[in-house]
Amino acid sequence: MREWLELWFPNVMVRLPEFYKAIRDTLTMFSVAGAFVFVLGLALGVLLTVTRRDGILRNAVIFQALDKAINVFRSIPFIILLTLLLPLTRFIVGTAIGVRGAIVPLVIGTVPFFSRQVEAALANIDGGVIEAAQSLGMSSLGIIFRVYLWEGIPMLARAATITAISLIGSTAMAGAVGAGGLGDFAIKYGHNRFMVDVTWVTVAALVLLVCAVQIVGSLIARATTH
Amino acid sequence: MIRLEHINKTFSDKSGLIHAVRDVTLRVRPGEIYGIIGHSGAGKSTLVRCVNLLERPTSGQVWVDGVELTALRAGELRKARKKIGMIFQQFNLMAGRTVFQNVAIGLQYSGLSRAHIRERVERLLSFVELEGKANVYPSQLSGGQKQRVAVARALANEPRVLLCDEATSALDPQTTQSILSLLQKLNRELNITIVVITHEMSVIKKICQRVAVIEHGAIAEENEVLGLFANPRQQVTKDFLYTTSSLSGVYPLVREDSPVVRLKPGEVLLLMRYGTTQVCQPLVSRMSKQFDLEINILFGDLEIIEGAPMGGTAAIFHGTPENIKSALKFLEAEHITVEVIRDARMA
Ligand SMILES: Nc1ncnc2c1ncn2[C@@H]1O[C@H](COP(=O)(O)OP(=O)(O)OP(=O)(O)O)[C@@H](O)[C@H]1O
Ligand SMILES: [Mg+2]
Repeated sequence: MREWLELWFPNVMVRLPEFYKAIRDTLTMFSVAGAFVFVLGLALGVLLTVTRRDGILRNAVIFQALDKAINVFRSIPFIILLTLLLPLTRFIVGTAIGVRGAIVPLVIGTVPFFSRQVEAALANIDGGVIEAAQSLGMSSLGIIFRVYLWEGIPMLARAATITAISLIGSTAMAGAVGAGGLGDFAIKYGHNRFMVDVTWVTVAALVLLVCAVQIVGSLIARATTH
Repeated sequence: MIRLEHINKTFSDKSGLIHAVRDVTLRVRPGEIYGIIGHSGAGKSTLVRCVNLLERPTSGQVWVDGVELTALRAGELRKARKKIGMIFQQFNLMAGRTVFQNVAIGLQYSGLSRAHIRERVERLLSFVELEGKANVYPSQLSGGQKQRVAVARALANEPRVLLCDEATSALDPQTTQSILSLLQKLNRELNITIVVITHEMSVIKKICQRVAVIEHGAIAEENEVLGLFANPRQQVTKDFLYTTSSLSGVYPLVREDSPVVRLKPGEVLLLMRYGTTQVCQPLVSRMSKQFDLEINILFGDLEIIEGAPMGGTAAIFHGTPENIKSALKFLEAEHITVEVIRDARMA
C-alpha cells in the first residue's frame, strides 16, 4: 500500500505532515468562518424577511439599507474582496495572513450570499401560517423563532449546504493569497512546481469534503421534512 | 360581543386606491353565529381580518368583548387576540409540527405548566374528535381533519369569539357538514360567538342566525337568516338565494326559451316564495278552486332553516285576467313574495 502510494503520489508522500496541516487549516477556516456566517447570515436573512413590505416588522429603512449593502458585497468578486479587506482584517485580528487572516474576508464574502439564501428559504413559508400565529397572539420574536426558523429548517438546511460548499471553494481561494490550507498547498507545489500529483490529491480531498457536507445537509433536510 | 363602527379599509396599489371595506357598521351579539356572505373580492376577508386587526382599518373602531381593540398598544393587542380565535380556508397549520404541537403552540410561554398544557391539548383534541392523532404531522391528515386541528388550535386559549374565513370552502360537501356541526357544537357547548365568512348560502342556512350580505365592500343588507330568505331586498341577496334553491332552475329555462316555460296567451309564470307560516297551507289548490285557475307547477322547493320551513313554487297560472289579478291580490294578502317571470296576458 505504502509503496503504491509513494509510486503514484511521491510529492505528497514526502510532505505528509504538511499535507495534514493543510487539511487541518482548511477545516479550521471552514468551521470558524462557517459558524460566523451561519449566525450572521441567519440574522440578516431573518431581518430582511421581517422588515420587507409584507413582513411582520415592516421597516423600509432597514430593509432598503440591508438589501443594497448585500447587493454591493455580492457583486464584488471574492478575490478582490480579499485584497480590499486587508486593512480591516489587520485591524480586527491583528494579521492579514494565515488562517486567522482568512477568516474575516471569508465571513464578509459569504454572509451576503447566505443571507439571500436564508431570505429565499423563509419566503417559502406560507404567509397564512404567519397570520395564524399572529391571530394566536404570538409576539414577533415568538413568530421568528417558533414559526419562521422552525418551519424553515428543511429549506434552511439546503441553503446552509449550498453556502457551505461555496465556502469551501472560497477557503481554497483564500489559500492563494497566503491563508494556508489545501488551496495554498496545491498552488505552492502543484501549480508553481508542477507536482501534478499534489494537485490531484488536493482536489480529491476537497471533493470528499464537499460530498460530506452535501450528505449531512441532505440528511438534515430529509429528516425534518414532514 | 363584536362591534364594528364605520370601518373603512383602503389599499393603495399600482393601479390606484382599492376601497376594500366601505363604512361597515355592525354588531355581533354574544353567543350568536353571525354570517357574512359576499362574492369573491367583495371584501369579506379584509373585513373579518379587521376584527382581530390582522388588517388595521384605515378608519373606524373595532370593539370586541367590551374592549376597543383599535385603541390598544401592541402588547395588549396580542393579549386580546388570544381571546379571538381564527380559522382559515387553507387551515394554515405548521407542517413541521405535530398535531399536538400545533394545538399547543399558542399555550407555550403562557405560564401554564407542561402537564396543564398536555391535559388541555388532549381535551381539545377529543372535543374535535381527533384523539389518537396527537403525534401525527398535518401532511398525514385529510382536509377535514386539518381543519379540526385548526379549530382546536384556535380554541386553545379559550377564546370568546371565533372568526372563520371560508373555513369550509376547501372541503367536500360531506366534510363541510361535519365542520359546520363542529362549529355549532362549540357555539352551544362552549358559548363561543362565531363569525362565519362564506360565499355559500348553504353554509349560512345551516348554522347562522343573522347574516350580512356584503357587496363592493359595503353591507348591502343585514337580517335574520329567516327574514332574509323570506324577504330578500337586494338583487345580490336574491342571486345568492337562488343558488341554493332548486327554484333557480326556472331562470335558465326562461333564458333558453324552453318549451316548458312557453306561455299560451293569457298565462303568467310566477315565482312565489313563502315565509314560515304560509308554507303548510295548501295555497295552490285553494287558489285553484277559489279563482277557477289552472295552475301548472314547474318547480317546488321546501327547506328547513333554523328549524322552520321555508319554500317556494314556480308555476304557470292559466285563467281569466280578472281571476289572475285576484289571485295575485290574494298572494299579496298572504305576505307571499311574488315575482312575475313571464307574462302573456297582454299578448
Ligand atoms: N393586501 C392587499 N393589497 C391590495 N389589495 C388588496 C389586499 N387585500 C385585499 N385586497 C383587495 O381588496 C378587495 C377585497 O379583497 P378580499 O380578500 O377581502 O375579498 P374576499 O371577499 O375575501 O374575496 P374571496 O372570496 O376571493 O376571498 C379585493 O379587490 C382585493 O384585490
Ligand atoms: Mg377571502
